[in-house]
Amino acid sequence: MTAFFETLGMSYEFAWFTATIVGILAISLIVMFSVAMVIYVDRKVLGAIMMRRGPNVVGPFGLLQSFADGLKVFLQETIIPSAANKGIFLLAPIITFTVALAAWAVIPFDAGVVLADINVGLLYILAISSLGVYGVVMSGWASNSKYPFFSAMRAAAQMISYEVSIGFVLVCVVLYAGTFNMTGIVEAQRGHGLGVINGFFINPLLFPMFVVFFISALAETARAPFDLTEAESELVAGYQTEYSSMSFALFWLGEYANILLMCSLCTLLFMGGWLPPIDWEPLYAVPGIIWFLLKTFMFFFMFSWIWATVPRYRYDQLMRLGWKVFLPMSLLFVALISGYLMATGHFG
Amino acid sequence: MIQTLAFYLFASLVVASAVMVIMARNPVHSVLWLILAFFNAAGLMVLVGAEFIAALLVIVYVGAVAVLFLFVVMMLDIDMAAMRAGFIRNFPLGLAIAAILLAELLLGIGAYQAGGLQLGTPDGSGQAAMGASNIEAIGTLLYGPYLLLFEIAGIILLVAMIGAIVLTHRESKPGARGRQDIGKQISRRPEEATVMKNPETGQGVEL
Repeated sequence: MTAFFETLGMSYEFAWFTATIVGILAISLIVMFSVAMVIYVDRKVLGAIMMRRGPNVVGPFGLLQSFADGLKVFLQETIIPSAANKGIFLLAPIITFTVALAAWAVIPFDAGVVLADINVGLLYILAISSLGVYGVVMSGWASNSKYPFFSAMRAAAQMISYEVSIGFVLVCVVLYAGTFNMTGIVEAQRGHGLGVINGFFINPLLFPMFVVFFISALAETARAPFDLTEAESELVAGYQTEYSSMSFALFWLGEYANILLMCSLCTLLFMGGWLPPIDWEPLYAVPGIIWFLLKTFMFFFMFSWIWATVPRYRYDQLMRLGWKVFLPMSLLFVALISGYLMATGHFG
Repeated sequence: MIQTLAFYLFASLVVASAVMVIMARNPVHSVLWLILAFFNAAGLMVLVGAEFIAALLVIVYVGAVAVLFLFVVMMLDIDMAAMRAGFIRNFPLGLAIAAILLAELLLGIGAYQAGGLQLGTPDGSGQAAMGASNIEAIGTLLYGPYLLLFEIAGIILLVAMIGAIVLTHRESKPGARGRQDIGKQISRRPEEATVMKNPETGQGVEL
């Protein structure tokens, strides 16, 4: 895109700057639009599983429901509790929202369709997603209220616990791919399964890691069954209790942007990203972005499905699963995979 | 031009937020300023082309260490008046630490002025290949000439970790309240936990 702006007579630096700004705006708009639609899908799937209709009033099939909700919260009054720490109280939703969008910079939607093709892409995502906890912790503390504070404590402990095993899962993937670059990781999956299937998930050594990653992604985004940070039966609404109007909506949007990010990470790391599922020439006629969106949507459907079916974990079970099951298991697989790759001469 | 702007932005923010860490009255605000300082330091690392170090700085310090700081500080109920009471008594000690830090800083700048440090082994064999990516360069050095040192550092960290666990571990008595056996919980069946009663209307139930 830089080249396009250079043809308009800009200097290279200025063209690069403009191209990046345009790219950021385009990705943010698309992600925000997808978030609006995905919230609708989430409610529709939940409705279908509970044998009711779900949103069906605003627009055809209720498609405009999310936009109506957005307009509603936009017109509401922002209430700041008098005992709250005002600055941090307002900063927290902004951080959640910004961080949720920032990670999209390194996600490749198709071959070459990526804002920043940096060679530490995966580490960047890990770094940015580890920032997500600050929005929750700051909002919980700044609300100066008991339930949000409990929620903040839970969120801090929960996210740190599951980040550890996510880190080891990523190490496993990187060992196979030999690079931290997202595009490189997707390309490494071409014909991985017997030269036919595109994707690491088919590998018997990586499949357990895929499952661990998916479950940890649920915990990392505080989705059911790990939604202890906003357990409505215990904590009212968790860290969001004191929030209203747009500050609440920012949390909401950030949460769903994070869920979409985790779904696309599952796609990129294990399902072969924009590559078709089978390495067969006619399938490449379909644009890569369609495959990417289909796979991401499949994971999102699984997120909703789990939300509707699985009861919430108890807190000690959550900690046990993270530290006593996933951590040793992922460590074992790092050792197994590196041993296997050394033995088969993968590193040359 | 953009690089220069970015450098001055990051550098001035690092200094400003570092000053705010010690100036802020509320310890939670201090930690938040500290996080901002870490973040901008990572930005500076990116500017010098050390993107791997920048990513690690954010993952390790911002993502894990500072969260734990925040976690602890948030739960403290700090009385600032009591904290200030010992100011005069501790003033000489603080002054001494400040003097030592200043001396170290001057030494560091002096050594840098005298000529940059040669990384790698003295004969230059440990030098990472130019043009290699960050991760490759660090990997070649760390697992090449510095393998032994790297592993010693790993062992020390392992010992520290085990030490911390041993020091804080408290053995709970068997049968104590709150102790749970997951296997036992899962293997429980409805038949052994529940009783089916079918009482007549108007009759009570005796268990």
